[in-house]
Amino acid sequence: MLITTTKGEMDDSLLEKKEGSVDNDVENTTWTEYWLDGELVHRSAHVTLKTSPFTDLVGATLG
Amino acid sequence: MANTQSMCTSFLGELLSATHNFSSANPAQTASTANTFKAALYLASATLNASTTAYSATGEVSGTGYTAGGVTVTGATNPTSTNASTTAGVGYWTPSASIVYTTVTLTTAFDTMLLYNSTQSNKAVSVHTFGSQTITAGTFTLTMPTNSTTAALIRLSTT
Repeated sequence: MLITTTKGEMDDSLLEKKEGSVDNDVENTTWTEYWLDGELVHRSAHVTLKTSPFTDLVGATLG
Repeated sequence: MANTQSMCTSFLGELLSATHNFSSANPAQTASTANTFKAALYLASATLNASTTAYSATGEVSGTGYTAGGVTVTGATNPTSTNASTTAGVGYWTPSASIVYTTVTLTTAFDTMLLYNSTQSNKAVSVHTFGSQTITAGTFTLTMPTNSTTAALIRLSTT
C-alpha cells in the first residue's frame, strides 16, 4: 500500500508503522505514524467527538 | 493560555436576531438556504473560549495543505427539536459528515476546532476541544458525535 509521506509516495513495506489510541469522556482518537530510519514521515489522526458545548436556556417566569 | 470548550456567548444573542441559519428550510433570512459554516483549527497555545465572537487567524494553525479559515462543514441535516417534558426540550444540530483536512502538515500542536458562520461575517458559533495533535503529510479527521438530544454538536436546552 502506498503511503503519502514527506518524501513522496512510499510503499508501506519500507516504513515502520506505529499506532495509538486515546479513549476518554471527550473523544475517541486513533493515530497512525510511519517512520523511515528514525524520521517521522507521516502522521494522521482521527478524532471522534463524544461531547459538545451545552447551553441551557431559561425563560423568565411571569407574575 | 488554553482553549476552552464552550458555546460562544455572542452566538446565543445572535440566535434571538435570526443571524444564523442552519436550516435549508428556514425562511427567517432573506435567502431561504442554510448559511455556510466552516471549521478552523487552532493551536493549543491559543485562547478560544465563550468570549470568542468571530473567526480570527490569530492562533490558527498553519502549514502545508491547510487553508486559513479551515474547511466548509457539511450540514445536510436540518436542525430539529424534541420535547423532554411539558416544560422542557432540546433543539440540536450536527454536521452530517466528518470534517476532514486532507494531506496537511501541521507540526505545531493543535487542540481546538472553531465552528463559525462564514455567510454572516464569520461570526463564531462554538469552540470544540480535543487532545493535542500534530499531523505530518497526513489527514486529520474530526468525526461528529451522534445527532441526538444528548450528544449533538450544538444543543440548546430548557430544563
